Amino acid sequence: MTGLPAPQPGQKKLGLVIDLDTCVGCHACAVSCKEWNAGGHSAPLPDHNPYAADATGVWFNRIHSFEAGDGEDSRTVHFPKSCLHCEQPACVEVCPTGASYKRAEDGIVLVNPDTCIGCKLCSWACPYGAREFDEDAGVMKKCTLCIDRIYNENLEEVERVPACVSTCPAHARHFGDLGDPNSEVSRLVAARGGVDLMPELGYRPVNKYLPPRPRKAAAANAPTRLEPAAQIGGNQLLRWLDRALSR
Amino acid sequence: MTIDGGTITRLFAAEDKVDTSPRVHDEVKYTTCYMCACRCGIKVHLKDGLIRYIEGNRDHPINRGVLCAKGAAGIMQHYSPARLSKPLLRVGERGQAEFKEIEWDEALSLAGKWLADIRATDPRKLAFFTGRDQSQALTGWWAAQFGTPNFAAHGGFCSVNMAAAGMYTIGGSFWEFGEPDWERTKYFLMFGVAEDHDSNPIKTGLSRLKERGTKFVSVNPVRTGYSAVADEWIGIRPGTDGLFVMALIHELLTADRVDLDYLARYTNAPWLVLHDPGTPEDGLFARDEAGNPLAWDAKRQQAVNALAPDISPRLVGEVALPDGRLAVPVFHLLAERYLDGRYAPSAVAVQCGISADTIRRIAAELAHAAFEQTIVLDQPWTDWAGRRHETMVGRPVAMHAMRGISAHSNGFHTCRAIHILQMLLGAIDTPGAWRYKAPFPRPCPPPGKPTGHADQVRPNRPMGGMPLGFPLGPEDLLVDADGTPRRIDKAFSWEAPLAAHGMMHMVIANAWKGDPYPIDTLFMYMANMAWNSAMNTSGTTAMLADKDPATGAYKIPHIIYSDAYFSEMVAYADLVLPDTTYLERWDCISILDRPICSAEGPADAIRQPVLKPDRDVRPFQDVLIDLGARLRLPGFVNADGSAKYPGFYPDYMVHHERKPGIGPLAGWRGANGDSHGAGPVNPKQLERYIENQCFWRYELPHDQLYYKHANKGYLETATRLGFLDKPTQIVLQLYSEPLQRFRLAARGHGPVQPPAAHKARVETYFDPLPIWYMPFEEEAVPTAAFPLHAVTQRPMPIYHSWGGQNAWLRQILGNNRLFVNRRTAEALGLGDDDWVWIISAHGRVKAQIRLMDGVNRDTVWTWNAIGKRAGAWNLSPDSPEATKGFLLNHAITELLPARADGHRYSNSDPVTGQAAWYDLRVRLEKLAAAEAGETAPRPPALKRLPGLPAPPDILRYGAETGERP
Repeated sequence: MTGLPAPQPGQKKLGLVIDLDTCVGCHACAVSCKEWNAGGHSAPLPDHNPYAADATGVWFNRIHSFEAGDGEDSRTVHFPKSCLHCEQPACVEVCPTGASYKRAEDGIVLVNPDTCIGCKLCSWACPYGAREFDEDAGVMKKCTLCIDRIYNENLEEVERVPACVSTCPAHARHFGDLGDPNSEVSRLVAARGGVDLMPELGYRPVNKYLPPRPRKAAAANAPTRLEPAAQIGGNQLLRWLDRALSR
Repeated sequence: MTIDGGTITRLFAAEDKVDTSPRVHDEVKYTTCYMCACRCGIKVHLKDGLIRYIEGNRDHPINRGVLCAKGAAGIMQHYSPARLSKPLLRVGERGQAEFKEIEWDEALSLAGKWLADIRATDPRKLAFFTGRDQSQALTGWWAAQFGTPNFAAHGGFCSVNMAAAGMYTIGGSFWEFGEPDWERTKYFLMFGVAEDHDSNPIKTGLSRLKERGTKFVSVNPVRTGYSAVADEWIGIRPGTDGLFVMALIHELLTADRVDLDYLARYTNAPWLVLHDPGTPEDGLFARDEAGNPLAWDAKRQQAVNALAPDISPRLVGEVALPDGRLAVPVFHLLAERYLDGRYAPSAVAVQCGISADTIRRIAAELAHAAFEQTIVLDQPWTDWAGRRHETMVGRPVAMHAMRGISAHSNGFHTCRAIHILQMLLGAIDTPGAWRYKAPFPRPCPPPGKPTGHADQVRPNRPMGGMPLGFPLGPEDLLVDADGTPRRIDKAFSWEAPLAAHGMMHMVIANAWKGDPYPIDTLFMYMANMAWNSAMNTSGTTAMLADKDPATGAYKIPHIIYSDAYFSEMVAYADLVLPDTTYLERWDCISILDRPICSAEGPADAIRQPVLKPDRDVRPFQDVLIDLGARLRLPGFVNADGSAKYPGFYPDYMVHHERKPGIGPLAGWRGANGDSHGAGPVNPKQLERYIENQCFWRYELPHDQLYYKHANKGYLETATRLGFLDKPTQIVLQLYSEPLQRFRLAARGHGPVQPPAAHKARVETYFDPLPIWYMPFEEEAVPTAAFPLHAVTQRPMPIYHSWGGQNAWLRQILGNNRLFVNRRTAEALGLGDDDWVWIISAHGRVKAQIRLMDGVNRDTVWTWNAIGKRAGAWNLSPDSPEATKGFLLNHAITELLPARADGHRYSNSDPVTGQAAWYDLRVRLEKLAAAEAGETAPRPPALKRLPGLPAPPDILRYGAETGERP
């Protein structure tokens, strides 16, 4: 079983903050992830039966759309999900070969394809279903947090973020160091009450989700109906007769 | 892992050899996306001769760096195995997809011969319709040069209700010609939008609203996508938005919460309307001798030129004109109409499926945002009359509407009602409101009338103008003396007078029937009319393949089709001209056409070839220019008969001038490239575009950013750039006089009158103030037999059938369900995953259902264009798109039920001819288990076309470009 790096004070924890208030479920992040990573660190991300029945491919990021609640109180939720780069990643701990590992320097959970034996123990262990098995190569693959983008000196600095973050049209995805309480992402999590996914399981995911902002059922301070204007002699039009206007 | 004395020793990973700085490209090319109609700027990263990845261009005004799922999947679109590879000539029967490959010379000679014969005899026998064309400035002009009026693109079944209502009312329109003021609005009301218009700007805008705490209300029968993140979802019953809006107007008028100053200054609210029943001028504006509309000046107590500055117009009260005739201001008529109790919230609540209290509250919130949260910008500006104002006052209520309004037979009036609501709030092009995108506003409606009168269509002669335009009255209709439509689609006839985008949805049915006349050649581009773009798909394909029993000849003698892919329509063509992918071509996103401007200023863009085609294909626009030269169309040849644009489309983009100094591209004109908007040809113009990331943009100065319809600085800029003929105020039209002119004709006035059979219809639907009426199909079919509305919407990741074949996108949505409200299903005894017949008065479709809460209870819906014909698009016939994916189109009719006299109108809006495919009414019948499992109807599988590869079983895209140390 594979060990984890010893916890360090001030440990860098790179991860994503995903805003469920603005995610409209457009799949831009999923496809952008697919196109970057298809030719990236984990290349390729094969697609079986791409032009036939049962088309199925390797995707590091998937969007789940569902309704929560009942009847009038229900809401439609768009929920993007990828590896959460847990601080206690069960997927790493069960790996029999050390292929699954958590990087000490930034907390990113990766798989070494050279030592992965494709036993799938990690995907069974991951409570979030975030691992993706490449049947073609027989190795496990997963979100790398775009490790080949975020430090890439061949990219402009502004581009050194995961592909999903860079492309999101609704700006619902943010990237940064969640180990630094003063980072922009940490402040965003604090301000918006960001949450862990299934915290009760104890895997301490680094990625956070921002819950939907409270819906504004009524606009602030607006009345709930307009009062009819005074009528002149029972005729509603007369009130406008002497209104001084200029063009 | 080692086992040592029975215990497991923890093992630490040897760190992977991660290359954190791999080479990402050899070259980056900028161009413009074509994965939907949004036209975002993209950067295509090329590595080892392949596309490594495509990302949004951060500097581009449309998308500012973001890119949607479709855009990112452009790789799979480009490398699709459904790409056509060579011209094809039909050898089997139509619909069987039996072709042989031919050379381009043969293909162009054949097309040239058919077209030359038509042109020499009767140019109308060519029907040229171009679908999702983004080059209509070229294709429309080509049709005009050929001499046929029978041209349009797909607007007739997309959004002409929005375009026409906007153009006749405010001189702009939602989406392409306007946008919400995302940064300043304090209340955003969105009506039934299809999720792709606009794609990225709306998503980004909504996120800004939420960041700023602006309330977002979505009025839509279905709660997905944008509606899912709305603060308030109003699950309206389809086709009743107009009633809802009129009830809001009723509330605002009743409470006197309207912006009278705005109305007096910027709209025709004070214009006097003649009240002279029975005369040919009844309901027209009272005008002075110079033709200016009149208003009643309260100070001078007389009728004055309504366009003059500094008058004191009165908005209500009947007045007597010097000639003794009576007249009332527009606002008076408007207020009278909507103050009526039939528009009270309580009167419309049941019809709309919205409580009266909700309607009242929304009206109160609109008024609160407009009048209590008014924005005042410290920005001096000068109005049309030269008067300086120290501030810009804004009513921060923004609105957006698209397909959900458009695709109903009452959509024109509903859209006009929304614009009137905006005007009453003072919320057109003011800070925080909805804003024009240049080159709009234009006059209401813009100049340019449709061409195709009898004296304009002659053998071997161009028409004198463009096929499409904006009629101002009956004289502008394209009808013969007896009222017979002159166009094959009957656009601009009494059946659809303001059909500004044509009626592509009627072309095949009319051509097949020879109504109003037979044609010779149907020439189409990028329009899947044998499948998801047709109403009545089964019937349409039968018509395409139908023969005259007497002669054995096809009823539509020739069909030429151009597409980049093996779409269902290809199978019905006689001659297939294979187009390139969007990454292999030049294109221009022109201000003459459908530009990419924003409220901050005009912009246009190009596509440049990123990769060379590896197939024997040619860009359609090149082919069209080539055919133009072969046919010696005047605009396409020099005086000596040589080709005018030997370099084809890029040559045309640079050298064509529509009028002196105005060409397809507005940027870097003039010999030195220092003229913008108008200017002489610049031979190096494309190089300048490429240097500038393939787009051009002109930033308006701050004092021109609002009140564009009345802003002297902006109007002068627009005139200088060639958007307007003169810098005069554009007065917004609450009351539409052109509509009244048609109505007067129906009442027996004027030289051009509708045939008796159409009179009542024209009289009813050409009301100069918006009306609401029940959508035609709902009115025509019994409610008990067809109790449910059925609508479609487009999934955000997939654009039409082109997107649905994409290897990545089809994994996201490979088959569609019919979504049914949980309680409605319960009442019908239906459960999740059941199979049903969706039965309309016209046809039936077999589908599997999924239950949900977030849909209006009287409505069922599905994703459009997911279902595919087996074998088409080079997908395996067992693909879910073919076995389970379905089209509602089979259940939608293109013709309304026959009237008493047997006449069948098209299933369209009676004003604009917009296809009313959201009017569909259905019932559901549960299928026995034995009948379940596959959709129906399922036409026979198409065989693979010559030249198309067998698709791979495994796609390992990226294996070549990915790098591991």
